[in-house]
Amino acid sequence: MKLNARWTSYPYIVWMILFTVIPLFLIGYFAFTDASGDFTIANMEQAVKYIPALVKSVSLAAIATVLCLVLAYPFAFSMSRLSFERQKMMSMLIMLPMWMNFLLRTYAWQAILEDNGVINMLLNSVGLSSVKLINTSGAVVLGMVYNYIPFMILPLYSVMTKIDKSVLEAANDLGAGFFATLYRVILPLSMPGIVSGTTMVFVPAVSTFVISGMLGGVNNYLIGDLIETQFLGNSYDLNCGSATSLLLMIVVLITMAIFNHFSDEDAEEALV
Amino acid sequence: MTKGRRKLSGVYIALMLLFLYLPIFVLIVFSFNSSKGYSWTGFSWKWYKELFSNELILHSLKNTLIIAAIASVASTVLGAAAAVGVFSMKNKTLKGAINNVTNLPLVSPEIVMGISLMLLFSFARMSGGFLSLVISHISFCVPSVYFSVLPKLRQMNGNLYEAALDLGCTPPRAFMKVVLPEIMPGIITGFLMAFTYSLDDFVVSYFTAGNVQTLSITIYSMVKKRVSPEINALSTILFVVVLMILLVTNVRSIKKERAKEKKMMKI
Amino acid sequence: MQMKKIFSVFLCVLLILSSLVFGVSADDAYAYDEEYYSKFKNDNLTLYVYNWGEYIADGSDDSMDVIEEFEALTGIRVEYTTFDTNEGLYSKLQSGSAYYDIIIPSDYMISRMAQSGMLEKLNYSNIPNFEKYVDETFRNPDYDVNQEYSVPYTWGTVGLIYNTKYVTEAVDSWDILWNENYSGKILMFSNSRDAFAIALKRLGYSMNTENPEELREAADLLTAQKDVVQAYVMDQIFDKMTEENAWIAPYYAGDYLTMSETNEDLAFVFPKEGFNQFVDAMCIPKGCVNKEAAEMFINFMCEPRVSAENCGYIGYSTPVSAAKDLMDEEMVSNEVAYPSAEVLENSETFRNLSDETNKLLDDLWIEVRIGKLTAGFWVTVALLAMGVCALCALSIYRKQKRLRARNAVK
Repeated sequence: MKLNARWTSYPYIVWMILFTVIPLFLIGYFAFTDASGDFTIANMEQAVKYIPALVKSVSLAAIATVLCLVLAYPFAFSMSRLSFERQKMMSMLIMLPMWMNFLLRTYAWQAILEDNGVINMLLNSVGLSSVKLINTSGAVVLGMVYNYIPFMILPLYSVMTKIDKSVLEAANDLGAGFFATLYRVILPLSMPGIVSGTTMVFVPAVSTFVISGMLGGVNNYLIGDLIETQFLGNSYDLNCGSATSLLLMIVVLITMAIFNHFSDEDAEEALV
Repeated sequence: MTKGRRKLSGVYIALMLLFLYLPIFVLIVFSFNSSKGYSWTGFSWKWYKELFSNELILHSLKNTLIIAAIASVASTVLGAAAAVGVFSMKNKTLKGAINNVTNLPLVSPEIVMGISLMLLFSFARMSGGFLSLVISHISFCVPSVYFSVLPKLRQMNGNLYEAALDLGCTPPRAFMKVVLPEIMPGIITGFLMAFTYSLDDFVVSYFTAGNVQTLSITIYSMVKKRVSPEINALSTILFVVVLMILLVTNVRSIKKERAKEKKMMKI
Repeated sequence: MQMKKIFSVFLCVLLILSSLVFGVSADDAYAYDEEYYSKFKNDNLTLYVYNWGEYIADGSDDSMDVIEEFEALTGIRVEYTTFDTNEGLYSKLQSGSAYYDIIIPSDYMISRMAQSGMLEKLNYSNIPNFEKYVDETFRNPDYDVNQEYSVPYTWGTVGLIYNTKYVTEAVDSWDILWNENYSGKILMFSNSRDAFAIALKRLGYSMNTENPEELREAADLLTAQKDVVQAYVMDQIFDKMTEENAWIAPYYAGDYLTMSETNEDLAFVFPKEGFNQFVDAMCIPKGCVNKEAAEMFINFMCEPRVSAENCGYIGYSTPVSAAKDLMDEEMVSNEVAYPSAEVLENSETFRNLSDETNKLLDDLWIEVRIGKLTAGFWVTVALLAMGVCALCALSIYRKQKRLRARNAVK
């Protein structure tokens, strides 16, 4: 397309440099200095020790992202087939729960999942025995899925509205079954939405905190919690906290770069 | 779609909404609890009454709404413009770089963003307050708009825009008439996400707010002594109001839509 | 004989009368000094007060709206905001990004701030109520030895809360937090200072130790405890204990009293190895513009009537002894809220630690929390790696297929 509007991105670029890149340089500066301002790599060495927590966060976030995608995909598709007015209402309905404060939502999940919580109460009342729900990795994943799924549904839905009914009918007429249509038509056409949604779920999920502490019990200490401890523990430790954050960012950015490399080609080829 | 499949998708939508609204339902029920916390001790309107005399909560609600409104509108304009601009760039490396920078606010733990912005502001001798709060909110809201608009642009049929130019439209006019309607769903979802992020943010706000208190700060600062159910009551009221507005406007427009369809049929 | 009878009747009457008079005058005796409080009446001042959330009587539950009362009395406007942790307050104050006239940090944070020169020295002659009402035991405390920077607001203790329905043995020691019989039903503090304090006390060390060896020992003890702990929590303790999802937890005495209102099976004990006593106190940060007005606010908070209302609302104990005259008899005589001097003998307050110790504490705590890597961890990692490989393989396969297709077309 010959759209010639590069200039519209300039204010954004300036903004991002001022309020994202420069503060990040500050973090980079702290990561490689000690309390008195001298260069050191001790912070980084210490951050490397925390890789297990990072791996755990990345795994849980990845599982949550896949679950979000699997759950959101059919939902977004069904949503995109509704009448226009209903679509509008649906997208509001998806977002509305997230307007209630995060902390309150997580408390509510806690009340639902507890050993003597809502679900176990229901199970007991029909004569089933209680199940262990809270204080597991599963509960953390559930918390992540719950809090981030709207950010998967909406981008998917917004690209799917463009998949014309006639395209699907054509595929059907040409003898493509349900799965063939999905794999060869819908999936490639919705690729840009998948890329956006995955980014917006996976990336913030890796650095999440509070959820793990409230739902995950003892064995789900994630990198987000760790960084919080470093900054707001007993010592106001800008240096080590910055180093760990920097490590986290590098890992996530590399992951996203690999992901984008593959998916972009897919997306572009699909549209050719 | 066959009838069976339509039913199936209806059931699925209902189930997902149940999942999304289950905790909200619990939260609402406990706004009527006579004591603090999630142990049921009896029905009471107490928290609703007390909410309206709690100046701190009402005041911070006002701040939150103002900031969320400004930040989400500003980031929608900024982010959508950026997406269009970046989309029309030819330089692949630059595009990639901008995408990666856009990832940064999403990937940095909130506390890192909060503290680094706080340091930046104090470095620039700018004291915390409304302005610094709005700036930082825009900074973390913008990526969601950018990432919602970009896929719509990628998906767009470029020929339409060229056709409009060929038919004598000026570029701005062609943009308004052809491109903007195409990417509108992306802009709307982006706006919604930005608004949501802004409403819910605590950590970044805490460090950049100066003396301004937002609702999230009020709520999080209660955790040592437990969050007051007045907040549940406030959430319930907000929820019901938004839901009512949504239902009323939608029932009306769905009716209109149906009437239009009927007219079309007659013609 | 006759004389004696008359005398005793007289004595009785006198006693009754005096108690009546005293009863009536208790309120009068603690009336505000209108003249003192009217000093800034027409100056249109604003004070910025920064306090913990839910930490002041705000008019709910028939309490006094303390801020409103102060504004009405003095004509000074109060801009009241709240924070959630001492450390958050510290970092915000240090960056200089916000202005406050009055802050209310805890003991050890006050000495840290004083050491870093972040606090103004108070002029105690502007705070007459300090001399008049604040209990002797709260003067010249460890965190402010020369009584220069702070005036106490509330105090309390940390002890063991347990559910007598499930824990039938006699509890008198921190040991029970390591007892395998209650595995999965034990809660622990999520902040390192409090968690380490318990482990250190159990080992017989001071909770303010700066000895790395002792701290490491405590860290090992905390690691050993992980198998029996359900979760590291703060305020979630309330719901988990009252709903009986957990049976044993260390927490603040004042909050135990709130919990026991909902669940009567809960009991509280001061462990014999020793426990923490805390004080939250009012200070004025450096750079305060209206220092005298801020001192007036501090003075107002020490008014027995105000302190009684505040502590009644918060549930913690008051350092203003006179306030006890105005409080619930039941509350004042409660051994949990106001333990005897003998019990308090066994307590210790937090002191500010050196930077190195603080850092070590954080590092050790992170090590404890990360813990050993379990089999489940490696399984997830393996699954994840497999997933990534599968994705890569798939995408390469598709790419080649497409290339071949394109070449065929050509």
